[in-house]
Amino acid sequence: MESINKEKVQEALDLFLNQDVYLHLETTNGVYTAFNDENALSVGAYIRNGKINYSIGKITGVGPYRVGLKIDLGWVYAEGLTDWELDDKGRLLLAGHHADGKLAAALQLSKEPF
Amino acid sequence: MERHVLVAFPHPDDEAFGVAGTIIHYTQAGVPVTYACGTLGEMGRNMGQPFFANRETLPEVRKKELQNACKVMGIQDLRMMGLRDKTIEFEDEEAIADKLYAVIQETKPSLVITFYPGYAVHPDHDAYGAAMIKALMRLPENERPTIHCKAFSKNCEDFIGKPDVINDVADVLDQKLDTIRAHKSQTEANFKVWDEKIVAQDAELLNWLTKETFWTYKG
Ligand SMILES: [Zn+2]
Repeated sequence: MESINKEKVQEALDLFLNQDVYLHLETTNGVYTAFNDENALSVGAYIRNGKINYSIGKITGVGPYRVGLKIDLGWVYAEGLTDWELDDKGRLLLAGHHADGKLAAALQLSKEPF
Repeated sequence: MERHVLVAFPHPDDEAFGVAGTIIHYTQAGVPVTYACGTLGEMGRNMGQPFFANRETLPEVRKKELQNACKVMGIQDLRMMGLRDKTIEFEDEEAIADKLYAVIQETKPSLVITFYPGYAVHPDHDAYGAAMIKALMRLPENERPTIHCKAFSKNCEDFIGKPDVINDVADVLDQKLDTIRAHKSQTEANFKVWDEKIVAQDAELLNWLTKETFWTYKG
């Protein structure tokens, strides 16, 4: 993956517009967060191969970035995105990484199931 | 000596820190060891700096690391059970127990090593350990192998007492460290701290690495 280029990511988001696509969305601070610090909360949310169809897909912010997808009756949203890749299967991978390389959020789109 | 040892953990690298030395002792003595690894650690968070993986390529990276670690430990029978990281507790427990029971029936272990359900911190650890115990309880008591469990939750000794098995693996420390190193994506950061401590013979770290503790599961 490489640092997000906002224009290129916007072009990539447009490739998935107005069609059924598969979504991977996650965010987490790690299962061991609460184990390492009793006052902390381990939080995370995750969806894999959610089938969506969006009519607007936009990247915003000045970095780290946010991406919002407007679906039929609602929204998909991720923030803290730092890096991107259009992989060899044509999937758009977006992720937010901490400075040490740990993944904190991911939003990915594919025309085939992941 | 054992006839066959079955190790069952959900993540590649679960065996590395607290069990690898014990496994190496068995393989060096010629005891066959089967490792039923539940997932490929697909949801690992460390992608490296610079990146060596992304969410979609990480499973393949960790699979290779797991295979390398098994080579270092002398494990010739690695079973990848095809579950997905962080989802085990939501699966049908009986279905996972069925899969593990099939491995038990096939390998007929005299010793099983797994996580102590309820005391192993990560939900996957607890769920996989629980499924393994469930599978083992299907055997009549006189056919049941010895069960050694790993536990590390805070205050676990208040509930299950002190570990009753303590294996000194100092004689195979180098191989154990190579096993941990094989899981590079997960352990590179550890060695940034450890390398100096190992050279300096840091007593606390060496004691933690060379004493592998287990609780015999009594049901
Ligand atoms: Zn684990």
